[in-house]
Amino acid sequence: MDLQTLTFLFVGVTFALYIGIAFWARAGSTKEFYVAGGGIHPVANGMATAADWMSAASFISMAGLIAFYGYGGSVFLMGWTGGYVLLAMLLAPYLRKHGAFTVPEFISDRYYSKTARVVAVICLIIASVTYVIGQMKGIGVAFSRFLEVDYETGLVSGMVIVAFYATMGGMKGITYTQIAQYVIMIIAYTIPAIFISFMLTGNPIPQLGLGSEMADGTYLLDKLDQVVTQLGFAEYTTQARLSTTNMFVYTLSLMIGTAGLPHVIMRFFTVSSVKAARESAGWALVFIALLYTTAPAVAAMARLNLMQTIDQPNAEQNLAYADRPSWFKNWETTGLLKFEDKNNDGLISYTGDKKTNEMVKVDRDIMVLANPEIAGLPNWVIAIVAAGGLAAALSTAAGLLLAIASSISHDLLKGVWRPNITEKEELRYSRISMIGAILIAGYYGFNPPDFAAGTVALAFGLAASSIFPALMMGIFSKKMNKEGAIAGMLSGIGITLLYVFQHKGIMFVKSTSFLGDMDPNWFLGIEPNAFGAIGAVVNFAVAFFVMSRTAKVPAEVEQMVENIRVPASN
Amino acid sequence: MAGNNNSYWKANIALIVKCLSIWFVVSYLFGIVLVDVLNTVRMGGYKLGFWFAQQGSIYTFVILVFYYAKSMGKIDKEFGVDEK
Repeated sequence: MDLQTLTFLFVGVTFALYIGIAFWARAGSTKEFYVAGGGIHPVANGMATAADWMSAASFISMAGLIAFYGYGGSVFLMGWTGGYVLLAMLLAPYLRKHGAFTVPEFISDRYYSKTARVVAVICLIIASVTYVIGQMKGIGVAFSRFLEVDYETGLVSGMVIVAFYATMGGMKGITYTQIAQYVIMIIAYTIPAIFISFMLTGNPIPQLGLGSEMADGTYLLDKLDQVVTQLGFAEYTTQARLSTTNMFVYTLSLMIGTAGLPHVIMRFFTVSSVKAARESAGWALVFIALLYTTAPAVAAMARLNLMQTIDQPNAEQNLAYADRPSWFKNWETTGLLKFEDKNNDGLISYTGDKKTNEMVKVDRDIMVLANPEIAGLPNWVIAIVAAGGLAAALSTAAGLLLAIASSISHDLLKGVWRPNITEKEELRYSRISMIGAILIAGYYGFNPPDFAAGTVALAFGLAASSIFPALMMGIFSKKMNKEGAIAGMLSGIGITLLYVFQHKGIMFVKSTSFLGDMDPNWFLGIEPNAFGAIGAVVNFAVAFFVMSRTAKVPAEVEQMVENIRVPASN
Repeated sequence: MAGNNNSYWKANIALIVKCLSIWFVVSYLFGIVLVDVLNTVRMGGYKLGFWFAQQGSIYTFVILVFYYAKSMGKIDKEFGVDEK
């Protein structure tokens, strides 16, 4: 069968599966809608969390980033996994014990304040909406590339499918579809990696292949270092990302951002007990680690394959443009790969020197998707990768939309504006807000704002600087009062937005950046994407300062904190 | 029972501090701060610092979370606060 038919088949079958599951797991009560009834098994929940967490960015972009940043790309690997250690020890078990439906609900109970709840909802919506816009764009791009329809048709099909299974099943439906999506994603990610690792090193396990010898007896990583340095690029295994300080702060931002993202935290409300919440974080990390330890192998092998296909040590032996393989032509038509024959010799010269480099554009996002084609793998493998990429984008979009919808219906409507509505009405409003959230996300998918590219980093920065510190202080400090928490959240999110906007422009409109997007103006040389950790430090400092000058926490709140710290009251 | 809860919480904090110290050492120290020093040591095809940054720290994180869950289970029982 040709690639197009196979892709249609694989994508069609997986979508039928998701919708079938949504039908089977319809939510009847608010408890089922928000927390899937609260009885999900820790392993199942871990798998759903992994799918929820690993977005199109993890599946499509991450290996591409590592392929070009080399060692510097480690910030994503450590940052996006290390956050689960924080989540497992500092947040998940205690939040599960408290038993709220949403993150702002916990903040409102703990800080005995509706204002705190509204501030938390605002932080949550800013972080989730910026994140979901990126996902919608990913869905549009992936659908249009694989189904060979235009971007708009791709986006609308994605929206309809998410709307269908997310509104019907709520958290319950989403949990079970995410489990299916995880399975598809991990198969799609590892199969090409196993093939390529075996072809290059004879070892089918990518994690081991990365450290193995190639047929000519040199280690793969040494070979890669040699190839890239010969062509004038930085050495793969040692090139740092800007500076040691920047890598340190960036990793920290991604870790606490991970632990502070509401759609991930919400997943720990769905298990049956405190013990299950602790274990579930471990299972989530196992399922994430399967992909995250494979990614560096995919990255290094894809880079090596790419360089070796195109460029040779002797420039006369370089690939002739006329002889370029079909994957090269396919990606050229998308505009993500561009060649410019600067010396008019008809050969492709790909070097680290801007003046002579003729591969004027090699988009990082094509690495994972093009990898099977570059390595010449069979069509069915390429079709599976397509289904996996879509599963990654859909599962994260659904989780984010639920987090947004529940904070509107449960926190704003039921919690603040109209406390008297019945459960049935609340459920109806949840579904309406979900549709609203999908339409807004879709609108931004059609009219991608300037900031679409920077949004994922911003979402992490915002979660790191506002939500994580407020939750952590709520559990680990009995004395933290509402004034401190509110001031902390506002100043943390405020300074992070200010730092990002002053370098990237207000809402990422370039002309409004008043300090310029360049490192001489960066605080301690820290790039804007990495600033969330500094925002978190400001949050903690302001919170404790304000706390010391304002009224004490009421005795019953101290009692409540005592209570959430132990699994069973004695 | 406040006294009992206090010592339960202290045991929990001590365990968290222990786990997070290891978390810090494998990622921030081995993977970032000391990476050049560790890179002089080789483990098969891997430079050691690079291995910690792209593989080793992730394996350690997984072990840490399960170790924490298991140890907390024991502490819960010891203080009689485990869920029935």
